[in-house]
Amino acid sequence: MRSVAVVGIGKTPFGALTGRDLRSLAVEAVENALHDATVAPEQVEAFYLGNFAGPSFVGQNHLAPYVGMAAGFEGIPCTRVEDACASSGSAFFHAWQSVAAGIYDVVVAAGVEKMTSQPTPRVAEILAGAGDMSGEGRAGATFPALFAMIARRHMHQYGTTREQLAAVAVKNHANGAKNPLAHMRKVITIEQALAGKPVAEPLTVYDCSLISDGAAAVVIVPLEQAARYRSRCAKVLAVVQTSDHVALDRKADITLFPAVKAAGEKAYKIAGLSPKQIDLAELHDCFTIAEIVASEDLGFAAKGQGGPLAASGATSICGSIPINTSGGLKAKGHPVGATGVGQICDVVMQLRGDAGERQVPKHTIGLAQNLGGSGATCVVTILEAA
Amino acid sequence: MDRDGVIYTETIVHAAPEQYAADAPYQLAIIELDGGGRITARMLNRAQIGERVTFVEERVGVAYYRTL
Repeated sequence: MRSVAVVGIGKTPFGALTGRDLRSLAVEAVENALHDATVAPEQVEAFYLGNFAGPSFVGQNHLAPYVGMAAGFEGIPCTRVEDACASSGSAFFHAWQSVAAGIYDVVVAAGVEKMTSQPTPRVAEILAGAGDMSGEGRAGATFPALFAMIARRHMHQYGTTREQLAAVAVKNHANGAKNPLAHMRKVITIEQALAGKPVAEPLTVYDCSLISDGAAAVVIVPLEQAARYRSRCAKVLAVVQTSDHVALDRKADITLFPAVKAAGEKAYKIAGLSPKQIDLAELHDCFTIAEIVASEDLGFAAKGQGGPLAASGATSICGSIPINTSGGLKAKGHPVGATGVGQICDVVMQLRGDAGERQVPKHTIGLAQNLGGSGATCVVTILEAA
Repeated sequence: MDRDGVIYTETIVHAAPEQYAADAPYQLAIIELDGGGRITARMLNRAQIGERVTFVEERVGVAYYRTL
C-alpha cells in the first residue's frame, strides 16, 4: 500500500446559511480545497461525497454527480457515502483506500449537509433515522435522548457530574469564539451551561451540538507526489473505520463506544503510536458526553475519568491534550454530512501551523474521530505534519 | 413476567420529534428484562436507574412500563 497525503483543505463557514443551497456549499468547499492544493478539477480522478440526509432535508438525491459536475469533475466516478454523522469520515476512508491501493493519484473527499431549511422538530425526526427506527426510534428516542441515556449511565457508574459536562461546552465555546468559520462564536460561562433549557435530561441546549449548514473538502494524493502540490502537507499515518449495532439497547455497556475503542486501538497500532504521542485531537462532540466518552475510548483518560479530564483544563488549547480547538461540533457547528472531513481539515490546519489564535504549541501529530449514530460507525484518522 | 425488569438508564425528553410533540415531556428508558435482553420503552410514571418496573401494555409497537 502507498502512503497518502492530504495536500488541500477547503471549508465553507458553518452556520444557518440562509440563501445558500446544498450544491453551492459543496462546490465552494471543493473549489477551496482544489485551490489550496493547486489542483485543477480536470486532474481529479474520483470524488467521494459524504451526506447523511439530503433527500430528507432538501429533497435532492443522486448528490455526488449533482455536486461533482458543478465542481468540474466531468465523467469521473462520483459516489455518495452515507454513514449517518460519520458520512464524510467514511467518504475520506474510501477515498484513502483508492489512493493507497494505487487505483488513483488525485482524489477529492468532501461532505455537505443543508439542515436549517427544516424546522427543529422535523430535523430531530430526520436525525432519529440514524438510530433503529423499529425500536428506539418508534419509542420516541431522539439523538439527544440516546446520548442523555448514555450520560445518565456514565454518571451512575463513574460519578460524572453536570459540571464536568458543562466544562466541555464552556471550553468548546471558548475555542469556537476564535474560529472565523464557526457557527457559534460566543463565549459561555459554566453557570449559563448549567442553567440551559432542558432538551433530554440531564442534557440542556448547551450540551447539544448545533443544527448547521456547511461543507468541507480535502484533496489527497500519494505522499511521494505531494511535493508537486504543496511544501507543507499532512501524511495519513492511519485511517480506520469500524462498526457496531445501530440500536443503543443492543450494546452491553453504553458508557463506552466499542467501535471507537476498536478504531483507536487499530489506528494507534498501524501508526506505531500511543495516545500520549498525540499532540491534538478533534473528537466527535455531538453532545458533551460524547467528547468525554471518546476521550476515554481513545486512551486520553482512563475509563470513567473523561469527566475529570475535561474539568481539569487538560483539553484546552494550552493543555496537555488539546481537544476540539476548532470549537468542535458544539460551537463550530455540526452539518452532519460535512463533519468528518471538516475535522480532518481542522487537524491539518493545526499541523500546518495555520490555526491562528487557536494554534497549539506542539503540532506534529493530530487525530480526528468521527462517530455515526450512537456509535454504529466510527472513523479514526491519525495525521502527521509532513 | 419475562417482560418485567430493571431500569438500566433513562431520560426525560423535552424536545420531542415531530410525531411525538404532543407527548412531551415523556420519560424514555432502557430496561434490563428479567427474561434477558433489553428494550427501549416509555415510562407511564417516573423511575430511576435500578428501579424495578412492570410491563403495562404495547401501543403501536411501543412498550409502556410503570414502577411496581
